Amino acid sequence: MVKVTVDGIEVEVPNGASVLQACEAAGKEIPRFCYHERLSVAGNCRMCLVEVERAPKPVASCAYPVADGMKVFTDSPMVRNARRGVMEFLLINHPLDCPICDQGGECDLQDQAFAYGMDHSRFREAKRVVKDKYVGPLIKTIMTRCIHCTRCIRFITEVAGVPELGATGRGEAMEVGTYVEKAITSELSGNLIDICPVGALTSRPYAFIARPWELRKTDSIDVLDAVGANIRVDTRAGEVLRILPRINDEVNEEWLADRGRFAFDGLKRRRLDRPWVRRDGRLVPATWSEAFTAIAARLKGMSGDRIAAVVGDLMDAEAIVALKDLMAALGSVNLECRVDGAAIDASRRDFYTFNTTIPGIEEADALLIIGSNPRQEAPVLNARIRKRMIAGRFPIGFVGPRGLDLTYPHDWLGEGGATLRALAGGGHRFNEMLRKAERPMLILGRGALRRPDGAAVLAAAWQVAAENNMLRPDWHGFNLLHLFGGQVAPLDLGFVPPPSGLHPQIEALWLLGADGIELEQIPEGTFVIYQGHHGEAAAARADVILPGAAYTEKDATWVNTEGRVQHGRLAVHPPGEAREDWKIIRAMSEVLGRRLPYDNLVSVRARLVEINPAFSVAGGLERHGCEDRRGPAGDLSALSDAPFVMPISNYWQADVISRASDVMAECARTYISPATPMAAE
Amino acid sequence: MSGAEGQGGPEIGGGWGASHAADSEHPEQPAHFHFDAESEVQIEKIIRRYPPGKQASAVIPLLYIAQRQMKRQTGSAWVPRVAMDVVAARLGMAPIRVYEVATFYFMFNTRPIGKHHLQVCGTTPCWLRGSDEVLRACKDAGGLKGYGDTSADGLFTLTEVECLGGCVNAPVLQVDDDYYEDLDYESTVRLIEALKRGERPRPGSVIGRQASAPAGERTTLLDVPGE
Repeated sequence: MVKVTVDGIEVEVPNGASVLQACEAAGKEIPRFCYHERLSVAGNCRMCLVEVERAPKPVASCAYPVADGMKVFTDSPMVRNARRGVMEFLLINHPLDCPICDQGGECDLQDQAFAYGMDHSRFREAKRVVKDKYVGPLIKTIMTRCIHCTRCIRFITEVAGVPELGATGRGEAMEVGTYVEKAITSELSGNLIDICPVGALTSRPYAFIARPWELRKTDSIDVLDAVGANIRVDTRAGEVLRILPRINDEVNEEWLADRGRFAFDGLKRRRLDRPWVRRDGRLVPATWSEAFTAIAARLKGMSGDRIAAVVGDLMDAEAIVALKDLMAALGSVNLECRVDGAAIDASRRDFYTFNTTIPGIEEADALLIIGSNPRQEAPVLNARIRKRMIAGRFPIGFVGPRGLDLTYPHDWLGEGGATLRALAGGGHRFNEMLRKAERPMLILGRGALRRPDGAAVLAAAWQVAAENNMLRPDWHGFNLLHLFGGQVAPLDLGFVPPPSGLHPQIEALWLLGADGIELEQIPEGTFVIYQGHHGEAAAARADVILPGAAYTEKDATWVNTEGRVQHGRLAVHPPGEAREDWKIIRAMSEVLGRRLPYDNLVSVRARLVEINPAFSVAGGLERHGCEDRRGPAGDLSALSDAPFVMPISNYWQADVISRASDVMAECARTYISPATPMAAE
Repeated sequence: MSGAEGQGGPEIGGGWGASHAADSEHPEQPAHFHFDAESEVQIEKIIRRYPPGKQASAVIPLLYIAQRQMKRQTGSAWVPRVAMDVVAARLGMAPIRVYEVATFYFMFNTRPIGKHHLQVCGTTPCWLRGSDEVLRACKDAGGLKGYGDTSADGLFTLTEVECLGGCVNAPVLQVDDDYYEDLDYESTVRLIEALKRGERPRPGSVIGRQASAPAGERTTLLDVPGE
């Protein structure tokens, strides 16, 4: 540690810290454009100039290391003058188009020009004009506004791992772009918008939509992948206008994946906004009481064990617990949440969660990925893996399709079951790497469990973990990577069939957002209730449709792939007559004469804690080791040699919300070549 | 250099004021590029200069090799975008990193140029010694409208360059890789006419100076003992 005095305030900062960090430690604000704490230091904008005692001229504090006894001045005449000068130069080629700029009101350049710049311009010459670049359907560029801070270049190269942006030309002719026109192929490209300190890179779908001060900001959780990124939902007049990440170093740092950021326009299309009831073979609009009566009429007298309930991938814990309790009240144990057919063992929490945790990735020193493409399944988590890889000494083995670009180099071990068997047997060359590691971890993709021998895959992966030093009281290296934000909560709440399995003759089926279900499996004549927010095929098959709320439209509890419990808040009300899902089930229970014992959110959440104490802690997550090395049920000998198939073939349209989104459709058209079959998922 | 676009027609790649991104879409961009045997011999030598894992350091020499090969093959010394991609693949770099280097240095032409690249030094010593006359001669004899222009016969491209380090023999005109020194209007015209005839006058001082020795007779070291 070194002692530094900043404006007379003495602070202690670690060796090698920059003067800027010391100033921040002293509570002094240093203006900056190119400096970003999660990127490498460029030192090219010169806005962070400060005065250091005995230095002959102002120093760029972001790139200047501290020394013991250093005296720094952040508000001396020299500093003020330097900032004014730098600002004047930055504004020389920056257009005065704030009134038509989407960054207006949340622009670093605007704010800092106001705070540190001059009150007028002395520049009378012609300004530079730069041609705008096309970088894809998500980002709009107005390159004349670019101040060459190079944050975007560093982000896309370092964090996203897709080096496609660069600075071509030199001096006044320098331009930031791709040189060869192309859409940036990163799933994290939306973060470029946040990271750009000016209005050069702005959101294309949000162009000219709103000003930041008009927006109501609501904290929520992204559920379109299983990372559980913390988001802020910006709304105006009951409409979601954009979604931005919130900083949470434990989960998403300050990044958000493109689907979570841009798919929200799907919340406005193809919505179920009123109840429907099938009459004479056709679905007709109905009132809530008609829908409830229709359900009650069919369920009346039906034996409870002939009723089944299935929840989908995007459902909140409150709705799930309400449905579970209703089913219990009706006498049904026919519950299922694994609509994708993944052979997940829900008997122990560490069989189905990401036990190492996301920040834990940075502590690991070897990684084995089995049947998962984290770049598409959890782009933000993938950025964390990449961050760990850049830190060095991190061998990554990969079992899955050959030639995938995960944004970091990896050792391709094989395609599927045969390789996994070799790894479980301990004789594979990568076992050596794992054994040498102190904190090895493996990531098993949920997609790898969606095959007939899924249970064997799970058991084999656990055996790899057990025999390669991953399961210890002080370290848990077994990780299941889920695909969506609603996949862990039902497992936590035991929304799975009893050991004896589902009743073979189901007469009534309650689908709670279960869009992925294979409809051919539902026998003709089954009474189907669909409760959810988007009307896809499952809704078309239903006899009664109950319109529910999407994730931005309810105060809800979500559990991410780590098992981290987080609360999202209602940002807008559900459209039309749609209602929050647990309330629908609670109301239905009354009609059925099986009133559920909770009337408000507090008591529903108390019920969650009653079923699983994990729900008592929101936000935080306790790291745990593995005390019990006994593995999940599964017969290793059943493991087939079949290659692993990646579950997401179309990143941009992987769930009901993004499939309804025009922006995501445009991305799919741009990024997926017509030669590739457009699989729905 | 303000308004170069307006004054001198299209700017040569590497020049100021032009959009480099547009170069990548230039209609003459070839579809393929492969290093020929002659280039490969040089590449092998160059890559061996750098320790393993640091091959990216060879990016500038390799771009030069590509530019020279284009000169051999097409008569125009430039680096097409596909050649940059080939260099990137060879050195294990992201293509954009090569584009950045190639567009940064004026010495790499990112668009096709004429057979002879006339590079007029306009920095102070050359300017004081009459580079304006050299420029006028280039325009008149070469049929060029100004900096950035390529002559209609495809023989010449005119570029303004900064100090070439030949100030002692100013003014200097660099033709491709050769320096012609001590020029004036007439000698520049003669040089260009010779180039038109396919001749290649001897590089160096056109007034017969030996290297940078004083014009005419020796003026120093006249009394070396023992001579």
